[in-house]
Amino acid sequence: MKRLIACVLAALTFVGTAFANEGGPAWDKFPKERVSDNASLQNGAKLFVNYCLNCHSAAYMRYNRLKDIGLTDDQIKKNLMFAGEKVGDQMKVALDPKQAKQWFGATPPDLSVIARSRAGANGSGADYLYTYLRTFYRDDTRPTGWNNRVFPSVGMPHVLWELQGQQRAVYKTEKAEGEHGGGHEASHEVFAGFEQITPGKMNAAEYNSNVADLVAYLQWMGEPVQNFRFRLGVVVVLFMALFTVIAWRLNAAFWKDVK
Amino acid sequence: MAEFKVAPADAPVGVKLMTWVDNRFPATKMYKEHLSEYYAPKNFNFWYFFGSLALLVLVIQIVTGIFLVMHYKPDAALAFASVEYIMRDVPWGWLVRYMHSTGASAFFVVVYLHMFRGLLYGSYRSPRELVWIFGCAIFLCLMAEAFMGYLLPWGQMSYWGAQVIVNLFSAIPFVGPDLSLLIRGDYVVGDATLNRFFSFHVIAVPLILLGLVVAHIIALHEVGSNNPDGIEIKANKDANGIPLDGIPFHPYYSVHDIMGVAGFLTIFTAIIFFAPELGGYFLEYNNFIPADPLKTPPHIAPVWYFTPFYSMLRATTDDMVTVLCGIIGVAAVLTFLKGNIANPAKKVGVLVGAAVAIFLLKTFDAKFWGVIVMGASVVIMVFLPWLDRSPVKSIRYRPDWHKYVYAVFVVFFFILGWLGIEPPSAVKTLVSQVGTLFYFGFFLLMPWWSQQGTFKKVPDRVTFEAH
Repeated sequence: MKRLIACVLAALTFVGTAFANEGGPAWDKFPKERVSDNASLQNGAKLFVNYCLNCHSAAYMRYNRLKDIGLTDDQIKKNLMFAGEKVGDQMKVALDPKQAKQWFGATPPDLSVIARSRAGANGSGADYLYTYLRTFYRDDTRPTGWNNRVFPSVGMPHVLWELQGQQRAVYKTEKAEGEHGGGHEASHEVFAGFEQITPGKMNAAEYNSNVADLVAYLQWMGEPVQNFRFRLGVVVVLFMALFTVIAWRLNAAFWKDVK
Repeated sequence: MAEFKVAPADAPVGVKLMTWVDNRFPATKMYKEHLSEYYAPKNFNFWYFFGSLALLVLVIQIVTGIFLVMHYKPDAALAFASVEYIMRDVPWGWLVRYMHSTGASAFFVVVYLHMFRGLLYGSYRSPRELVWIFGCAIFLCLMAEAFMGYLLPWGQMSYWGAQVIVNLFSAIPFVGPDLSLLIRGDYVVGDATLNRFFSFHVIAVPLILLGLVVAHIIALHEVGSNNPDGIEIKANKDANGIPLDGIPFHPYYSVHDIMGVAGFLTIFTAIIFFAPELGGYFLEYNNFIPADPLKTPPHIAPVWYFTPFYSMLRATTDDMVTVLCGIIGVAAVLTFLKGNIANPAKKVGVLVGAAVAIFLLKTFDAKFWGVIVMGASVVIMVFLPWLDRSPVKSIRYRPDWHKYVYAVFVVFFFILGWLGIEPPSAVKTLVSQVGTLFYFGFFLLMPWWSQQGTFKKVPDRVTFEAH
């Protein structure tokens, strides 16, 4: 029996993550603690309504849910709503999806649950977004003039370029080992980093911090109840653990009779 | 009809009430038969928690399901949004939904462990064949229930998973295309499919499931529970006809099961509150993208509980079919030459049968045989009571090497499960083919191997140490 269990556990170690390695560049680690920090979330919400909510909707998210991150109805109406919506309305946009498809090549996706959908072998959805929003670079071969490291040939232009400034991708040539011996030496380009072309309103550290706030907001918006879920979970699981001990002793008390 | 009883005039109200009820409905009789005077072996171990836990999860799924149906919209245009509405705007909707989605996976966890217990201790052996067969039917219903429920959130994985699985039916010769059309109600998975899957998921299959659960328990209580020693406790009774090694289910096992429930719920709630997606195993990340019939995801994988069987389907390639033909051919020739079949007509029959099988295997597409292999991998469990010819029921008294056979079986089951999630590659396909052959070899050769080796002596009474 014990051997069987050991075998099962051994087999379980084969199962790492539910997803195959997708390859591509590694994702940077998003600073998770910001999801439970209201100041970060509020800054993220501000960035979101200013920069994202023109083309992307968040159609399952109501404005007044922002009360959960410490804002009042008045603050939401004054600072975060620009088109005369009601505070109980959902974050929809007036952009015509057909036109958007013409302009960008794809309809900008709804962002309500974007952070939940983008997780994969390289990290969480927030990791992906945190990397994505920081790795836009100038590429004149693209219609928008922008390309992205983790989403090659992306349709979206770099909306935050004012803040980050413009950067370009630098490649270096790496010679492959001449396995073929046929005379021609295969060589390929390897990404070597970014080079700032023009400065933005923010320096790199400020920009990273603001993107982290924006991603924290997106992560929170994917499931506004998540912070409460964690807090309640601690109480529930502790209660269940305690109840397990009580049930165990209760069982022992009854089973004393069984010889 | 039982004799009409009259309670004494000075009896308490409770007694009078129960006398009145019992004269009209066998309430006390049923309570005694199934709880207070149902004698279960006293040596149940850890593995015996999972039956009652499966019942608990069934109740969780039904109750949370009722509340989800109050807010869910079975409409291709509204379904995805209605799930998010439940997650955000319905009070406690998120908890109900996570209980239901985690409950689906928990159901399979406890049922797999419950079935494995049966395998370990020979619980399907005579006289419990029907208990086992009802159980297998429950497992089949559960698979249908889970598959159709998974379409309802109408995310990318819901949609494309259903598309892939329903398309499998179209591989069946002659009737396949019409059959898959009948299942979908459309040429692709669409609104019609969503509506019928909803109907099956919330009423048709649960009704059958409940009926089968009742049959499973009635059959069990008729023959009595098996135990880790595989001994019939009814063989040793005291003067009152009560099994010496039996104890009343209530209160001993009710209180014991409460302990199991508490332990289970600790893990269950930890997943619900801290990791409801469980790394993409319980809620797949792709399913947070609304279904898009025009955009096929690069990699479509079923939810984890289907993957061992799905792996066996994918393992059935043309090469695998050729290997199967070879195995059938060799087996038939060996039976013809060495098998002790007296009747020469039967001997020739074996060869002819094998030739027909090989002809059919080579005539129809490997995809069709993949579907058959997947179906057979589930259905084959029904036949366990007759495949297992071991002179003892419990693994405790079998030769040690039997335990290793079981261990390898479990390891292959996990590997097949893991491979079913992964995108295929040459090596992975080969491993899944070896796994498939082992899986079927385990069952089909069981009549032979389960008799081999030196068996230990089975004690007369159950092994039990007082707590």
